[in-house]
Amino acid sequence: MGRYVARRLLQMIPVFIGATLLIFCMMYALPGDPVAALFGEKAPDPAQVAAIKHQLGLDLPLWQQYWNYLTGLFQGDFGTQIATQRPVADVISQAFPVTIRLTLFAFVFTVVAGILLGLISGLRADKAFDRVVLFFTLLLISVPSFVLGYFFQYLFAFQLGWTTPTVQNSEDLGQLLLPAIVLAGLSLAYVTRLTRTSVAENLRADYIRTAIAKGLPRRRVVGIHLLRNSLIPVVTFLGTDVGALMAGAVVTEGIFNVHGVGNTIFEALNRREGSTVVGIATLIVIVYLVASLLVDLLYAVLDPRIRYD
Amino acid sequence: MRGARTLQWSALAAAVALAATACGGGSDSGGSSASGKPEGYVSMFNGEPQHPLMPSDTNEKFGGYVIDALFTGLVAYDQKGGLINENAESVDSKDNKTWTVKLKKGWKFHDGTEVTAKSYVDAWNWMANVKNKQANSYWFGDIKGYEDVHPEKGDPKKDSMEGLKVVDDHTFTIELTDAVPYFEYKLGYKTFAPLPKSFYKDPKGFGQKPVGNGPYKFEKWTHNKLVQVKAVGSYKGSNKAKNKGIQFKNYSKVESAYQDALSGNLDLVDGVGPKDLPKRKADFGDRALDVPYAGTQSIVPTVYSKPFKDVDPKVLQGLSMGIDRKTITKTVLQGTRVPSTAFTPPQVRGYKKLDSDVLTYNPKKAKKLVKEGGGVPGNKIWIQYNADGGHKEWVTAVCNSITKSTGVQCVGDSKPDFQTDLNARQDNKVKGMYRGGWLADYPLNINFMQDLYKTGASTNYGRFSDKKVDELFEKGDHADSLEASVKDYQEAEKELAKKMPAIPLWDYAANIVHGEGIDGVKVGYDGNVLVTDITVK
Amino acid sequence: MTETLNAPAPASKEPGPGPAGADAKPAKGRSLWTDAWHDLRRKPLFIISAVLILLLLVMVAFPSWFTSASPTAADLTNHYQGKPEYSHFFGEDWFGYDTQGRSVWARMVYGARASVLVGVLVTLFVTILGGIVGLIAGYFGGWLDSVLSRITDIFQGIPFLLGAMVVLTTFTERSLWVVIAALLFLGWTQIARVARGAVITVKQSDYVHAAQSLGASTARIMFRHIVPNALAPVVVVATTALGGYIAAEATLSYLGIGLAEPTVSWGVDVDQGKDALRTAPHMIISPAVMVSLTVLAFIMLGDAVRNALDPKSR
Repeated sequence: MGRYVARRLLQMIPVFIGATLLIFCMMYALPGDPVAALFGEKAPDPAQVAAIKHQLGLDLPLWQQYWNYLTGLFQGDFGTQIATQRPVADVISQAFPVTIRLTLFAFVFTVVAGILLGLISGLRADKAFDRVVLFFTLLLISVPSFVLGYFFQYLFAFQLGWTTPTVQNSEDLGQLLLPAIVLAGLSLAYVTRLTRTSVAENLRADYIRTAIAKGLPRRRVVGIHLLRNSLIPVVTFLGTDVGALMAGAVVTEGIFNVHGVGNTIFEALNRREGSTVVGIATLIVIVYLVASLLVDLLYAVLDPRIRYD
Repeated sequence: MRGARTLQWSALAAAVALAATACGGGSDSGGSSASGKPEGYVSMFNGEPQHPLMPSDTNEKFGGYVIDALFTGLVAYDQKGGLINENAESVDSKDNKTWTVKLKKGWKFHDGTEVTAKSYVDAWNWMANVKNKQANSYWFGDIKGYEDVHPEKGDPKKDSMEGLKVVDDHTFTIELTDAVPYFEYKLGYKTFAPLPKSFYKDPKGFGQKPVGNGPYKFEKWTHNKLVQVKAVGSYKGSNKAKNKGIQFKNYSKVESAYQDALSGNLDLVDGVGPKDLPKRKADFGDRALDVPYAGTQSIVPTVYSKPFKDVDPKVLQGLSMGIDRKTITKTVLQGTRVPSTAFTPPQVRGYKKLDSDVLTYNPKKAKKLVKEGGGVPGNKIWIQYNADGGHKEWVTAVCNSITKSTGVQCVGDSKPDFQTDLNARQDNKVKGMYRGGWLADYPLNINFMQDLYKTGASTNYGRFSDKKVDELFEKGDHADSLEASVKDYQEAEKELAKKMPAIPLWDYAANIVHGEGIDGVKVGYDGNVLVTDITVK
Repeated sequence: MTETLNAPAPASKEPGPGPAGADAKPAKGRSLWTDAWHDLRRKPLFIISAVLILLLLVMVAFPSWFTSASPTAADLTNHYQGKPEYSHFFGEDWFGYDTQGRSVWARMVYGARASVLVGVLVTLFVTILGGIVGLIAGYFGGWLDSVLSRITDIFQGIPFLLGAMVVLTTFTERSLWVVIAALLFLGWTQIARVARGAVITVKQSDYVHAAQSLGASTARIMFRHIVPNALAPVVVVATTALGGYIAAEATLSYLGIGLAEPTVSWGVDVDQGKDALRTAPHMIISPAVMVSLTVLAFIMLGDAVRNALDPKSR
């Protein structure tokens, strides 16, 4: 087990470096000069631009910039924003909690509602309830989140007046409910369908028949034997989904005016704040890598047949 | 340094932990400060300042509001574009080259130290120095010795400009490289502010916690949330605050600010978002204001592009007359702009309505003029704009209008953001026209022409060059008096109407809504609300 | 929705749900496909989606059959945000007018072109690129597999929407091809993984071993035996992903970094309509419904195809 984790961690290193390098290179290739843009519509002052670039190390060749960035990162330095001159870590630590809250909210919603709906419709495969759930998941998958977001905003805020159209205070969970549901929509649909399929499949499996034949109570059969085995594909999906959820927040945060990672990264991209974009992307990549490692470890818990050594 | 870095990681970890606890523990951790407003304060929408709060580094609206509240310079402008003395007792010059500034006595910074001639001279020398990388440093370019502190390349040769001399505690002189008849007008720009002695100890910290000499005193800046300033009772300027303080509240989207204003949680919103424009009159009644100010929007042909290379000005006049400005401002722009009547807006000194019909919609004549001028190659033009600035709608409408009335194919050329848009302009890569916007730096007609249409001027991205126009500009720059200078530029403007280096579209209007709790909302020439005039009921 | 692309469709969960050869039926590729077709024809899910997609394709090919109005003809003076007249079937004002005074119905019809083109072409290119990478990695294994798998990991580690935003910003021109390139750049990993899994499964089957021992060339084994038999899971994932790509195009255009005026795109129209959500909701509803319906049609098709091709579900 320990050796497996160590090997996985080692494998993460090239992936981590590759992903950050890729984003770094893409930022480098972007047209437009963030330093020149400090001057707005005015023509930039070349002496000043050169001085600022020199200070921030933007006049170095690409590989050297990347090296400096990486070594800085390992010392805990995320760099400095060009326009605001604030440390990027500052900017990130203000935006990340908000998005983590939103994502966690969406995630919990996905897990609880998705597995519950999937379990019920899986147990009643091809009955009316199952059909209805299937139809709704189809709908959720088809409707892009920006459409869903505006639809909810229109319905619940403007027509029914149940909530504010935008989030005023990102620490108020009640206000985060709507964006979290919109953000969770797609994942919810997938989790529901995955659970349903795998529950329906496992229901026909021999070990379930054995368990029932043994005379175990139904609750125990469903709760322990069936659910535990059916959750493996769901867990895989959830693991890869966390990173996507955080990035998907760009759209949701925009619609509901949440000051999170999505808004920050979109703004930073438009302003060519390279270190901010790469910094946030790096953190999301780390979240993704750690989540997928956790998923693999969870397998062993869910399925005793799997051994890592 | 090492310590600071580990701090960054631990701050990050703490923030994550905070998020986690906030999830479980509810919202009692910091929510109370979000809505708390001290008695007598005015709360208004404002975005996060984009630069540290330095007069010499702030060149955008959000930071500008705060800087204007904290600092007062030598002179200021009234609502009609006239000049008034603030910290200056007098600003005089005999030859427009050497200017003598006398300061009013008894003015103090908010830390209690006195504002002296040295506060100005030292500050300006610091701001102009290339090493300090201030975005507004070019404003000092008229002063003799600027090249010493701000050479085009390399390190500065000196620490100070030889044109600045302290005479006594309350007098200093400014010598310029060349005579500039309107230099006094430039002095009203916010970068010409004084700085206290304490600034030089920690310039970086100052930008986060500035000490000014203006009508308000800095209280706090919670990033991405709010900047709060408090009225100064002993302030001596003409714009003494009529309220107890201002809260500049940050919203990433103005729509949520509007909602807050509607529900009474916010006093004022400057710059109502497009989503709320159609409903603002219904929602706020006579508390929804549209006030025109000194800013224009235009479309600018580039002389190197395929459609406009050696184009006959008649074609441009035709295109201009093919734009139905009145309908577009009323519909697509929802009253946020006022059709242009000249190359300059009415709020500046020297404005004169153009004595020509080139800005009037007349599809028949438009078509005729385009035809007479020989049309454009390929019968197709492009208007470049940035997709992140809310320009798509009006560019599309202008294009549709041009195509409809003149038959010239017109399409928008969308760039994802302002950076890309600006880059194409600077590198002479605009396919046809680009969207131009100009906000007054100082309320003088000169400001709307010299920087934009003079041969080789830095913001002349259309690369327009005309001998006669240049001559008239030159004449104005060397006039004996401000009066004469303004007149020469008026002559130049007439010439511009014949050559059409740009097609003026409309002037900006400030769209403001405010709550019932405040009164006295007025707007300056630059479109900013005069926050000091607001009274709390 | 863009997340679709990051999240492998349910079918792709286990590496290669076993093509025909792995199952009880000793069928060859051909009979799998004919079986599937027989199965499909009777499924209502398939019939509904097929009809919708057919209608959409006709719209793409012959938009003028649906409306006589032009999607770019603007009349600000008379039709600024004009209200819909739902009783005027197929009329210019059926679904009202937009902010530029253009017929919303005409834009709904002409917008199909961009969506369907992006969806189909991206799927095609992604399948080719991802398929080749998966085939090479799965067939040759060893260090080549390790390298290709790590590269796949790298691309998969980058959040899709984020990556697409950065890629699209590097292009200064907005066009269909740029959007296709960006989606291709980040989208191929999913197919590559599925293809690799399927190829590994097929490679271990008896007939491949037999062909190898008979001395068949690598190319012959690859294209005669492996590709046809490993195709099924790839097709399943690709069909489902198609809907995702259409949603992705709309999302990017909505964010202002995908397609732009004068290209007629539903995403652009949603972006235009969002400001009038309170006052003229018809402007946003119509393109939003079109995107959703189109994505729905392709997702349903993907579902139906998976059910037909996946022997387990029969």
